[in-house]
Amino acid sequence: MIFDFEEASIPLESWIEIGVNWLVDNFRPQFQAVKWPVEKTLNGIDGLLQMAPPIVFLVLLFIIAWRAANWKVGVFGVLTFLLVGFLGLWQETMTTLAMVISAVVFCVIVGVPLGIIAARSERFADSIRPLLDAMQTTPAFVYLVPVVMLFSIGTVAGVIATIIFSMPPIIRLTNLGIRQVREDVVEAAHAFGATESQILWKVQFPLALPTIMAGLNQTMMLSLSMVVIAALIGAGGLGEPVFEGLNSLRVGLAGIGGLSIVLLAMVLDRISQALGVSKHTQKKEG
Amino acid sequence: MTEKVVVKDLFKIFGHDPKSGLKLIEEGLDKEQIFEKTGLTVGVREASFTVNAGEIFVVMGLSGSGKSTLVRMLNRLIEPTAGEVFLDGENITKMNRKSLIDMRRHKMSMVFQSFALMPHLTVLQNASFGLDISGLGKQEREERAMNALDQVGLKPYADSLPQELSGGMQQRVGLARALAQDPDILLMDEAFSALDPLIRSEMQDELLKLQEISERTVIFISHDLHEAMRIGDRIAMMEGGRIVQVGTPDEILKNPADKYVKSFFRGVDPTTVFSAKDVARKSQLTLRWHKGEGAPRAALEQLREEDREFGYVIDKQRKFMGVVSTDSLESAMARDENTLDAALLDNVEPVPAETPLQEILAVVRRYEFPVPVVDEDNVYLGVISKNAFLRTLEAGVPETGAGTA
Repeated sequence: MIFDFEEASIPLESWIEIGVNWLVDNFRPQFQAVKWPVEKTLNGIDGLLQMAPPIVFLVLLFIIAWRAANWKVGVFGVLTFLLVGFLGLWQETMTTLAMVISAVVFCVIVGVPLGIIAARSERFADSIRPLLDAMQTTPAFVYLVPVVMLFSIGTVAGVIATIIFSMPPIIRLTNLGIRQVREDVVEAAHAFGATESQILWKVQFPLALPTIMAGLNQTMMLSLSMVVIAALIGAGGLGEPVFEGLNSLRVGLAGIGGLSIVLLAMVLDRISQALGVSKHTQKKEG
Repeated sequence: MTEKVVVKDLFKIFGHDPKSGLKLIEEGLDKEQIFEKTGLTVGVREASFTVNAGEIFVVMGLSGSGKSTLVRMLNRLIEPTAGEVFLDGENITKMNRKSLIDMRRHKMSMVFQSFALMPHLTVLQNASFGLDISGLGKQEREERAMNALDQVGLKPYADSLPQELSGGMQQRVGLARALAQDPDILLMDEAFSALDPLIRSEMQDELLKLQEISERTVIFISHDLHEAMRIGDRIAMMEGGRIVQVGTPDEILKNPADKYVKSFFRGVDPTTVFSAKDVARKSQLTLRWHKGEGAPRAALEQLREEDREFGYVIDKQRKFMGVVSTDSLESAMARDENTLDAALLDNVEPVPAETPLQEILAVVRRYEFPVPVVDEDNVYLGVISKNAFLRTLEAGVPETGAGTA
């Protein structure tokens, strides 16, 4: 029979298993080395946020939101975190925030240069496109198994899964932003004797910045959604009450966890979106 | 006159394997044939010309004639397929990357049709962009940029953003950005074409004024004949990637090399392009002035013999003295005044040679005889009759053989 679909004819499942096991057996030290910078960054930020008295955090939050956007966003942010605190989820929120910030930092460090390379090389852009598609569309849960095998469980493993999941938008939008810079402006820079790196840093990058910031915003939102799922592998944070509520059918606990996540997302979204608005419009307002 | 830029047999062919296109050109195929056969586009073919130091050299042609490609090969924004470009004797086409960048920073600046200003920089930062690129300190580059902005009258707008300015002002920023470099050569690619006509001629005047202060070598791309005539010391006419004629505006106007060049003048309003000397003709009788007695009678004889009503009196140096008519000669004789002076008609003002035709119409109307034209030394050049004037308006080009003695 050619079309016998009763049993798997292509043993891809066992291939994947063999492949991942092979990676785990032979490259675990390398993967542990990747873990190290993520762990340090995460612990540093988490420690700082947990240690800071809430009032200091709230004041800083207000100032950042006010400078980046306006006072309304500042007030909204302060109210949100006050509510989260009174709901008894302050610590979890700080952990989630630390995870999001670490994930975004690494996404930017890795993603922006990749985006720049993609904008300059058609071949590179073509070759990473399917990879980016896969990173974005693979169901979040599927990441978790190999991540646990390679990095074991815990917050750091959760952040690594988050980095992989939320990196594509910043790569895509950096690439797009640089490609969208008007050609005549680039030509003018060439005519005035600019080198390739001067064109990148003095013309293309500043003009692409609003688009890159839109990518940052997307990345941040994606990482927030992934950070919650990462609670499944013991990442902690706001995903934990949701996960716990699901396991023990405590709908109230899941509810306040969910509400906190939504509010946190809104605050982060407003602040990061405001960062993307071009500098000149802000200058005019000031 | 020193040769500033020398272009020798420059070719540009776009597409894969442009060298194969060169071979086809050698075989004598034209642009369309080569495209049909190979898919290659011939941008510029066999362009050779010389630009002298301090002149405004206009490259003129319709869109698609290759003029923008040509100017971009001078600073190698587009790499030539074959041929050479020399600047002060140095071969630009053979320069390595480093000297090419150096040349762009210090010797050649460019002004673009689309202005191509940086939207994220202020007017001052835009004007100092080139200096910033070449690594000049902040204070010095802003000083020089300010100076350049002052030259184009935009000093008060230094802190504005380009998009807050009108098109004409934006192009002044583009011009200031180029001037701040203090370049030997200014490349202007349809620099004023995006501006409305009034602003355009204002900018042309501005450019001419700047040329008076510091004589730069300007290579100006244009598709507008009026513009070319107005600002060009010499004009190169391009068609289908080829340079078909190079010459002063006058030379090209009077002896267009082919139909294509001629066709440019069809839509041109001749009254703005030609001046009195272009239409003046020696069709009238001239009378030699002398003090002696009996001159009016001799003059009258001459006029009658030639069946003319008017005579134009000139002296030994061919300087214009005045106009006499059969009537004025007869009445002078009747009054017993026997010199030509007495017979000269009153209120005859000769027209200077450089007067544009536009202004001549009124003068031609005022007199019942053809108007005399003189040069700056008052030497008689000929006359403009109503008929000849109208014919010029109709034909768009003056009849040949004009104005030469």
